[in-house]
Amino acid sequence: MAALAHALRRHDVAVAVRSAVACAEAVAALGAATRADLYWAGRATLVHRPEDIAAYDAAFAAVVDEAVTWSAPSRPSPTALLVDAAADGDDDAVPDQAHDDPAAVLRQSAHEALRHADLGTCSVEERAELHRAIARLRVGVATRRSRRRRPARGGDELDLGATVTAALATGGEPLVLHRRAPSVRPRRLVLLVDVSGSMEPYARALLRFAHAAVASRGAGRVEAFTLGTRLTRITRALTTRDPDLALERAAGEVADWSGGTRLGDALALFVDRWGARGLARGAVVVVLSDGWDRGDPEAVAEAMARLHRVAHHVVWVNPLKAAPGYEPLARGMAAALPHVDTFVTGHSLASLEDLAALLATLGTADRPARRSAA
Amino acid sequence: MAEAAPEPLAPLPAGDVPDDPAGLRAALADHGYLADEGLATVVYLALRLRRPLLLEGEAGVGKTEVAKVLARWQGSRLLRLQCFEGIDAAQALYQWDHARQLLHLRAAEAAGDLAGRGTAAVEDELHDERFLVRRPVLEALGHRGAGPPPVLLIDEVDRADDEFEALLLEVLSDWSVTVPELGTVTAEVPPVVVITSNRTRDVHDALKRRCLYHWVEHPDFDREVAVIRLRVPEVDDVLAREVAAATAVLRDLGLYKPPGVAESIDWTAALAALGTRRLDAATVDATLGAVLKYREDAERTRTFGLDGLVDALRSRAS
Repeated sequence: MAALAHALRRHDVAVAVRSAVACAEAVAALGAATRADLYWAGRATLVHRPEDIAAYDAAFAAVVDEAVTWSAPSRPSPTALLVDAAADGDDDAVPDQAHDDPAAVLRQSAHEALRHADLGTCSVEERAELHRAIARLRVGVATRRSRRRRPARGGDELDLGATVTAALATGGEPLVLHRRAPSVRPRRLVLLVDVSGSMEPYARALLRFAHAAVASRGAGRVEAFTLGTRLTRITRALTTRDPDLALERAAGEVADWSGGTRLGDALALFVDRWGARGLARGAVVVVLSDGWDRGDPEAVAEAMARLHRVAHHVVWVNPLKAAPGYEPLARGMAAALPHVDTFVTGHSLASLEDLAALLATLGTADRPARRSAA
Repeated sequence: MAEAAPEPLAPLPAGDVPDDPAGLRAALADHGYLADEGLATVVYLALRLRRPLLLEGEAGVGKTEVAKVLARWQGSRLLRLQCFEGIDAAQALYQWDHARQLLHLRAAEAAGDLAGRGTAAVEDELHDERFLVRRPVLEALGHRGAGPPPVLLIDEVDRADDEFEALLLEVLSDWSVTVPELGTVTAEVPPVVVITSNRTRDVHDALKRRCLYHWVEHPDFDREVAVIRLRVPEVDDVLAREVAAATAVLRDLGLYKPPGVAESIDWTAALAALGTRRLDAATVDATLGAVLKYREDAERTRTFGLDGLVDALRSRAS
């Protein structure tokens, strides 16, 4: 059975020592075991996800039947940029952005117009002003109910325990009614910013948004990563108070600015390395990307499905969504959508203000209804 | 959280658990649950090793039913805890019956006890067992006496949050829980624990490692027919085969919520109530609400064509 655990590890299935021990116990409990007994005893103790059943079957066959030798599929490394003939096209071929309707602009004040200006197409001066405005954004705190309850005036339930204790002091007469309410804890916010070529017009503005989020909520509760040909954690760099300096430091850490997109690989790497280990668990996760991906859309779908199952709420911010008649045709975007709870645009200051307001509301509300993983 | 190895327990008396998975499978079948080999083996191991069982799978594949049949078969109590977002320790473990405590206080005051025996003595009485409301988990651990240990069903654990999972892990590791006012309650005999998850969220690895894990699949065609016949005995083999074939076709349509065995059984019961002998397009149309619970799914099925559905199921059922 130890050989079985070992073979599974070779197939990229994590097997804890305790699971291997449990497996040995299970086999012992079955006594004189048939091949089927061995199979089920091993599967019940070593496999914790339906996705791993195939690997288990292979490992079982290799170890117990000594029949098949199984070689792990070679994964494309996330740093190798493969040019795929069937890809979405050139990374820098961004669809034309819609300009505001000029008549509408005239009716609005200049400031109003600027708030709705597309960050991807405005002038250098406008962009500088918008960046300053983004830096001033307050990103609200989404909260979750914690298990503790705290005394609260006007709480939603009577704290009879405290009332009884107080009544003891007044001869058993409950003169003061104590109330309590569930206490709330802030949820972690995780921002994943796509910095590949097609996102170039927006990436800097979105990174400033990430900086504003870190600044207004304090590090530790906000985490930021960039997605490109690789995955870079930039949380620490963004803790610098001055936005320009913070951006400079973050940019220094990101080696793949405006490169190609391996969205699926980068997302999978995030879920493997950070997400499932607790960083994204119960968190509000925001992906800021146009969904252009040169890799396999299946990879995007699978990574997003896994992310969706650990996160509390997944928001996808796509700057292209604002264009009239926008359809999520980019294959990565189409693959991700079934695993996204809220799909919004992020092409202008106004839409980022809306996003900041939205993030503050995604807390204790009931989990959105979700498709079960098919 | 540190993972302390649980104390080894004495094996169960041989009379309680059949000698092998096949024997258990027969026992479950006698009590109305047709398990396949894999599920029977895992349930057998859970009883033998006294480990909690984590059943994960699509809604309606019969996960919850496993706990119910175990309780029926062993003649033990079924304690069910339905999880939801924000479920807390109080709802799982215990609460104090404050209303009765207040009454007790007033009675003590009326009898002059507060002045006579002193406040502290009366206060101690307030945390007497009488005023403790045991919620399912504490109730399961508190089982004493000769009868079989209860079956604790923790349903849809994926809807609870991390903190609740951590609490659960603690309880399942030590089979004990501490009530501040009463001390620690430790199970004499660990309950049989069945945890179910629809996998809307991944359960924490530590909890999975503590349990025996089984992914429950939709049953194959023959087993589904057998389940329908067992649960709706008034229908004949032909109709049971047709319903099983129809749900199999529906599962291939890529629906939002594909029908599970629970829906097959509901559907058959509805058809039986209407006195249906054979499925045809009109009957399917009239009873679709018993098997599909989303408007979009019903629309998609009607777009696919009920006549086509009936043709497809006829070829499968024969």
